[in-house]
Amino acid sequence: MNSAVFQPITPMAPTILQLNDVHVRFPVSNDWLGRPRGYAHALNGIDLQVRAGETLGIVGESGCGKSTLAQLLMGLVPPSSGGLNWANRSGEGSSNVQIVFQDPQSSLDPRLPIWRIITEPLYARGHVSHAQMRDVAARVAAQVGIRPEYLDRFPHQFSGGQRQRIAIARALSSDPDIIVLDEPTSALDISVQAQILNLLAELQSARNLTYILISHNVSVVRHMADRVAVMYLGQIVELGSAAQVLDEPRHPYTRLLLEAVPRLGVPLHDEQVAAPTELPGNRRLPNGCFFRERCNLCTVGCEKPQALLGDEQQCVRCHLQD
Amino acid sequence: MHASSPVLSIDNLSLEFPAYKNNVKALNGVSLHVNPGEIVGIVGESGSGKSVTAMLSMRLLPERSYRITAGSLSMLGRDMLAAPEKELLTIRGRDAAMIFQEPMTALNPTRRIGRQMLDVIIHHQKISVAQARLKAIALLRDMHIASPEQVLDSYPFELSGGMRQRVMIALAFSCEPQLLIADEPTTALDVTVQRQVLLLLREKARQRGTAILLITHDMALVSQFCDRVYVMYTGAVVEEGRTADVMGSPQHPYTQGLLSGLPEMVEPGQPLLTIPGQVPNLASLPVGCTFQERCTYAMPVCAKRPNLNTINGNDQRKSACWLPVKELS
Repeated sequence: MNSAVFQPITPMAPTILQLNDVHVRFPVSNDWLGRPRGYAHALNGIDLQVRAGETLGIVGESGCGKSTLAQLLMGLVPPSSGGLNWANRSGEGSSNVQIVFQDPQSSLDPRLPIWRIITEPLYARGHVSHAQMRDVAARVAAQVGIRPEYLDRFPHQFSGGQRQRIAIARALSSDPDIIVLDEPTSALDISVQAQILNLLAELQSARNLTYILISHNVSVVRHMADRVAVMYLGQIVELGSAAQVLDEPRHPYTRLLLEAVPRLGVPLHDEQVAAPTELPGNRRLPNGCFFRERCNLCTVGCEKPQALLGDEQQCVRCHLQD
Repeated sequence: MHASSPVLSIDNLSLEFPAYKNNVKALNGVSLHVNPGEIVGIVGESGSGKSVTAMLSMRLLPERSYRITAGSLSMLGRDMLAAPEKELLTIRGRDAAMIFQEPMTALNPTRRIGRQMLDVIIHHQKISVAQARLKAIALLRDMHIASPEQVLDSYPFELSGGMRQRVMIALAFSCEPQLLIADEPTTALDVTVQRQVLLLLREKARQRGTAILLITHDMALVSQFCDRVYVMYTGAVVEEGRTADVMGSPQHPYTQGLLSGLPEMVEPGQPLLTIPGQVPNLASLPVGCTFQERCTYAMPVCAKRPNLNTINGNDQRKSACWLPVKELS
């Protein structure tokens, strides 16, 4: 592996998490002895670092491994190979990572009052008194714009945007190192989306939070993220600053993805209706470049596996971009 | 056929869902029409009544769960609100078809695609099973599905989301309807697939002269795809016009708010402009303009409900606001 990718060359915020060649695969079906017959390869060599105080955007189609990456960071899925290195924790084991899910309707326990929901991470850690928990809940709720007199209400008494605020408060209550935002606004209306995005940005500047923003909404990622990683079939195909990646994409897949994003005032042209839009299956990984089948620039050299080339600032998994 | 008369025409329609104490007023005087062969969009947030309008157009809301308080709805010259169930069965699927958001729930998971398609085709067109199968294959091939026979023999769960939605479109076009109502057809799909599905939908609609009523909350999608657009808020149309006009110079403060809240409207990292407050409760709507509580331009006259007035004498461009018309940058 290219060691230049791992060491920060330019002075920047300290790296709090480093992923080294992480693979995650899930057994698919078992034979009569219980041995797996095949694997679904969800992540195929992720090298990534997360720096303190940044927003790292992750974009890609469904099936590219975005959600597996979120689960990996949360410690819900162990890596099949490779490792996660936390800067401020010794040895293995996960750190304090919290997540905000897509749909606040289903991610909040309907039977708990919201002060209990907000302090659930503290409760799970143990050794917190009732009074302390209420204090924390009141403080965090105020930060996300939930009035303190609402703390004893239940989730169904709130609107979708307020529920997402409660979910954000829950993520904040334990002072996490990283907050994973898994499609935080895609279940919300446009006017509410703007409020939530503003709230997330305010909280980040006030508390120096680190976000990993997973979204398929490119305009949200462009708005929020400092750096962006584009994923395809469990690999990062392009990584760089948001402006570099989303305004001047270098990888053919990033270009394809950005072209498909609907834009205001740009009419839809009739072309390439029949272009293949399906992700190849992840049971048997393709040889060579994973994107070869859908790539319109495919030439000699694409039959070899591609490495993530480039420096710390921007890297692309395509030999044509050298 | 009547080439000029609209395929769908809704006039001042109000509907409420009876509930304990306060009835939920889901529609409050919606007026809209869809001309033959035209692609019309309805945008709005949840609770704006866009899906209720679509469902009612097909009379798909459960009978006796709702009450029409005013207005009329006619499709292809027939009064849909008075049509008996027997007539509805011939209209749905043949004259007007619908595509739903989640193709997995719209298809029967226990039956093969082929069986489901043949059922529809044979029900509406009196042809033999073999002919119907050939027709289904042709329809799927039109959707650029490479191996239609294989798809006909598979179950919905064996297909990807984009593939399922293409099957739904093929099914919707199977009886050559004059109106297709698409309720958030691409929300569950990736952008690359979304674009393909929309292109297929438009290609097919143009070939057959089918009108499309597209219901969505995605402003960018509407601006790309639709000829005309209606913006809905609390069960009424607040602005209508040609898509480029509405998106380019929105007149109603709500439309302006929706557009300026999009992340692409500001420099990255800058705060987004938001519409303050929330959508009012449909069971207790404010008197007068329903947007007044959130509106930055609210005036005393807003206590009276504004009509949908034409702008600059342009018959197609309307806005329901007391504010004088002004040019926006």
